[in-house]
Amino acid sequence: MTPLLEVRDLRVSFPAAGGRTIHPVDGVSFSLERGRTLALVGESGCGKSLTGLALLRLVPPPGRVDDSSVIRLEGKDLMSFDEAAMRAVRGGRIGMVFQDPMTSLNPVLTAGDQIAEAVRAHRPVTRQEARARAAALLGEVGIADPARRLDEYPHQLSGGMRQRVMIAIALAAEPEIIIADEPTTALDVTVQAQILELLDRLRLERGMAVLLITHDLGVVAGRADDMCVMYAGQIVERASTRQVFEAPAHPYTHGLFGSVPTIAGPRERLTPISGSVPPPAAWPTGCRFAPRCPERFARCDSMPSLRRAGPGHDARCWLTGDEA
Amino acid sequence: MTPRRAALHTVWRRPAGRAGLIALALLALLALIGPLVLPDPTAQGDLLNGALLPPGPGHLLGTDQLSRDVLSRIVTGLRLSLIIGLASACLAVALGAAVGLIAGSRAGMVDTVLMRIVDALLAIPRLFVLLLVLAVWDRVPIPALVLLLALTGWYGTSRLVRAETVRLRGEDFVRAAEALGAGRLRIALHHLLPNVAAPILVAGTLGVGDVILLEAGLTYLGLGIRPPTPSLGGMVLDSRSVFVTAPWTSIFPGLVIVLTVLSVNLVGDALRDALDPRSA
Amino acid sequence: MTAPAGASPLLEVRELVKHYRARAILGRSAPPVRAVDGVSLTLGRGETLGLVGESGCGKTTVGRTIIRLQEPTSGQALLDGTDIFTLGADALRAFRRRVQMIFQDPYGSLNPRMTVGDAIAEGMDIHRIGTRPQRRGRVATLLEEVGLDASYAARYPHEFSGGQRQRIGIARALAVEPEVIICDEPVSSLDVSVQAQVLNLLSDLQRARQLAYLFIAHDLAVVRQVADRIAVMYLGRIVETGTAERVLGSPRHPYTVALRSAVPEASMEPATARIVLSGDPPSPAAPPSGCAFHTRCFHPARNERCRTERPELRPLGGVQVACHHAESTP
Repeated sequence: MTPLLEVRDLRVSFPAAGGRTIHPVDGVSFSLERGRTLALVGESGCGKSLTGLALLRLVPPPGRVDDSSVIRLEGKDLMSFDEAAMRAVRGGRIGMVFQDPMTSLNPVLTAGDQIAEAVRAHRPVTRQEARARAAALLGEVGIADPARRLDEYPHQLSGGMRQRVMIAIALAAEPEIIIADEPTTALDVTVQAQILELLDRLRLERGMAVLLITHDLGVVAGRADDMCVMYAGQIVERASTRQVFEAPAHPYTHGLFGSVPTIAGPRERLTPISGSVPPPAAWPTGCRFAPRCPERFARCDSMPSLRRAGPGHDARCWLTGDEA
Repeated sequence: MTPRRAALHTVWRRPAGRAGLIALALLALLALIGPLVLPDPTAQGDLLNGALLPPGPGHLLGTDQLSRDVLSRIVTGLRLSLIIGLASACLAVALGAAVGLIAGSRAGMVDTVLMRIVDALLAIPRLFVLLLVLAVWDRVPIPALVLLLALTGWYGTSRLVRAETVRLRGEDFVRAAEALGAGRLRIALHHLLPNVAAPILVAGTLGVGDVILLEAGLTYLGLGIRPPTPSLGGMVLDSRSVFVTAPWTSIFPGLVIVLTVLSVNLVGDALRDALDPRSA
Repeated sequence: MTAPAGASPLLEVRELVKHYRARAILGRSAPPVRAVDGVSLTLGRGETLGLVGESGCGKTTVGRTIIRLQEPTSGQALLDGTDIFTLGADALRAFRRRVQMIFQDPYGSLNPRMTVGDAIAEGMDIHRIGTRPQRRGRVATLLEEVGLDASYAARYPHEFSGGQRQRIGIARALAVEPEVIICDEPVSSLDVSVQAQVLNLLSDLQRARQLAYLFIAHDLAVVRQVADRIAVMYLGRIVETGTAERVLGSPRHPYTVALRSAVPEASMEPATARIVLSGDPPSPAAPPSGCAFHTRCFHPARNERCRTERPELRPLGGVQVACHHAESTP
C-alpha cells in the first residue's frame, strides 16, 4: 500500500560564502501513514524545521529543494507540481502549525476572519458559510464561546488560545496531514499539555496524520507512534518511539537521553554530549556526530548510511548491525 | 574583524557605497593638495584680457569676471564646504547624541522635558531660523556659521539616539552591568553609547551632505560666506550675470556641490544598510 | 519557612510585594498588576532554592527585585540580616559584589560591542579589584573555570554559540566572587545537550565555591536537577514550598500536582494519570478572589470557601502549602 506521505532523499541546498553550497537537510527519508504521528526530533540547526518547510516546497530563498528529492503524497510526486497545484496542497491537503502563534497570526484581522479566509481559500463557500464554519472549527479546537471569540483580535487572546486558532486555520480545509513545528514550545507547561491533547484528539477523530517537529523528547514520549532523530541535516535514528526510548541505538540519541533531566526516579548527574552542533559549513565529511561521539573509532572517518539495529529500527552508526 | 571594520567592509561591498567612498576620497584629496599646486584663488590677473577665459591650458576650468582661476576657487571653496560640513555635522551629532543619551537613559521628567523641547524646536523650520539670524548678523564669521548650523541640526539625531537608547535599556546586558554595580555614567558610556554609535554615524554622515547644501544655499542668498572668501555657493551667485556668456563660471562649482553631496549621501545610505542588522 | 538546620539564612525575603501601576487608558484608571503579592523565602549558604511557576507568575520579578534591578512596593530582603531594600548608593554597590545574576537570553545579556574579556573584567573594574594585569589573569582563569579557552577573551560575543555565551555570562557573574547568584531561566533557551552541560557546570561551581542559587525556572525537571528546596509560585504568591523531594514526590497543592503531571517526561513508562488543567493562568491584573487557583482547580473538595477566603501557607507533612483542602489532595 502506498503511504500517505513518502519522502525519499530530501535535500535542501543553500548557497554559502565562497561559492560553496551547503545542505542543511541532506538526504532525509521517511514515510507517514494515515492516522499516525511521526516525530522529527533534534536540536536547533539539525534541519527538522526546514524539512517541514521543504515538504511544502516553502524553503526560503535563496535555498531550494534539490530536484533529485522525492516527495510523494498518495503516490503523486509533489516535486513535479507547479506553483498553483502546490498552493492547493498547502493548507488544503497539508496543514501547518507553527511555533509562535503571535507572529503567525495577522494582528489586524480577527480570529474569525483569518479562519474564514482559510476556509474560503480552499472551498467555494459564501461569507456566511465560511463564518459558520469558522465558529464550528473554534468549537472543535476547544475554544469556549466560539461565536464571541470570532470577533476578537489575536492580542486579545491568550497564547494557548492563539495556538488553538492556528490549529483551527490549519484544519480549515480538512487536511489529511498536519505538520506541527514546535507547536507548544512557546506555551506554558499546563497549556502545552492541552494543545498536545488537542492534536491527539483531532488525529483520532479525523484520521489525520501528524508530523510533529520538536526538540523535546518528553513531547514525543507517549504521543508519537514513530520517530526520527535528526542530527546535522540527516536522520541518525529511525524507529517506533517505543524502540528508541527502550533501546536507543545511535550514540547521539543516547546522549540526548543522558542530557534530559527527569522528574521521577533517582536524581543523577546529567551526562551531556560534549561540544555543540557545528554549523553546516563545518560538518565533517565522515560521520557528522563523530567529533562529539564518545565511541568514535577509525571507521567514523567515512560516512555511515542508515544501518539495521533491529526490526524496523535503523541507525546511522558503524557500531550498528548491518547495512539497512 | 571588529564590528566597525566589518561595517566599512560592507559599505565597500555595495556598488553605490563604493562609488561614494571613491568619489569622496578624490574630492577630499583635491581639497587637500589642490591649494598647494594651483594658483592663488584670490589673485586677480589682467582684468582686461584675463577675465572670463573659457577652459583651456592655462586655466583648466577658465577664469571668472575678475580673471581669477575657477579651478583654484572651486578647490578652495570645496575645502571650506567640507570643513564646514564636517565640523558642524560632528558638533550637531555630538549634541544630539548627548541629549538623546541623557533623555533615553534617564526615564521620567528629564526625558519628558528634553523631548518636549526637541519637539518644539523641530516645529521651527531650520531655514527660517538661519535666515533670520543671518539677516541680522551681518558678515558672520565662519566658526559662528558652523556653530549656527550645528545648533539648528541636532534635533533629529537626539530623537534617533533616544529611541535606540530606550530600546537598549531593556536589554539584559544593561541589567547585568547594573547588577554588577555600574553607575549611570559607566552604563551610558560603556554600554549604551557604543551600541548607538551606528545610527549616530549614519546620521552624522547624512548630516554632512545637508549642511554643505544648506551653506551653499545660504551663501547663494548672500547670507553665508561673504566675498572675497571663495565658496561654491558664492561662485554660483557671483556668476549669475555672466551665466549665458561664460557658463563655466557657475556650472563647475554647481557640479562640485552636487557631486559632493551625492557622494556623501551614497556613503551614508550604504552605511545605514550595512549597519542595519536586518540586512546582515 | 525553615532555614537549613543550624544556620541562619544567608538571604531572607519577607512579604515581598511588587505592584505595577497600570497606565490609565482614556481616563479610566486600571487596577495595579500584582506581579508579586507577598512572597517570603529563605536561602542558605551553598543552597539552591528553585523558584518555579508559569509565565506571569512573578518569579522573575522576585529575582529582579531582590537584586534591586526593580524597586519593591513593600517588603524586606535581608542579606546576612541587612535590609537590601534600604541600602544607599555606596552600600548598594558593595552589595552587588555579593549577589549576582545570570540571565535567560544568552544573546541579549552580553554587550555586542564589548569583548568577552572586557565584559568579564567589568565587575572587577567597577569594584577596583586587582590591577589591570591581575584582572587579565583572573579573566583567563574564569574562562577556563567555565570551560572555555582563555584566548576567547579578545573575541566578541557574536562569535559564540548560545551555550558558550551562557558560560561567559556565568564567568562575568563569578568575577566579583558573589555568595548568591540569581539564575533567571539560565538554561531555558539552550539546546538539550548544551543545557545539560550548563546545569552540570552550575552544580560544580556551587560545590567549589559554596554558592547559593536562587534558581528561577518554569521547567520542573530542570529545577529538580539542581534544587535542594523548591517554591512553587502561582499569580504572585507561593502556593507550596519545601524540600525538592517532598514537593515533587508528594505534592500537596493541586497546582503543584498539575504542574508536575504536565511535565512531558522523556520516558515510556506509563505516567501517573495526566492532569490537564483547563484554561490559561488568569491575568495578575485581575486575580481571582479567594484562592487564586480556584478557577482552574480540579480538587474534588473545592468549595465556596476557596472562592472567598485566601488560603495562607501552612505547614503540612513537611512542606508549606497554601490550600484549604491540602490534606485530601489526590
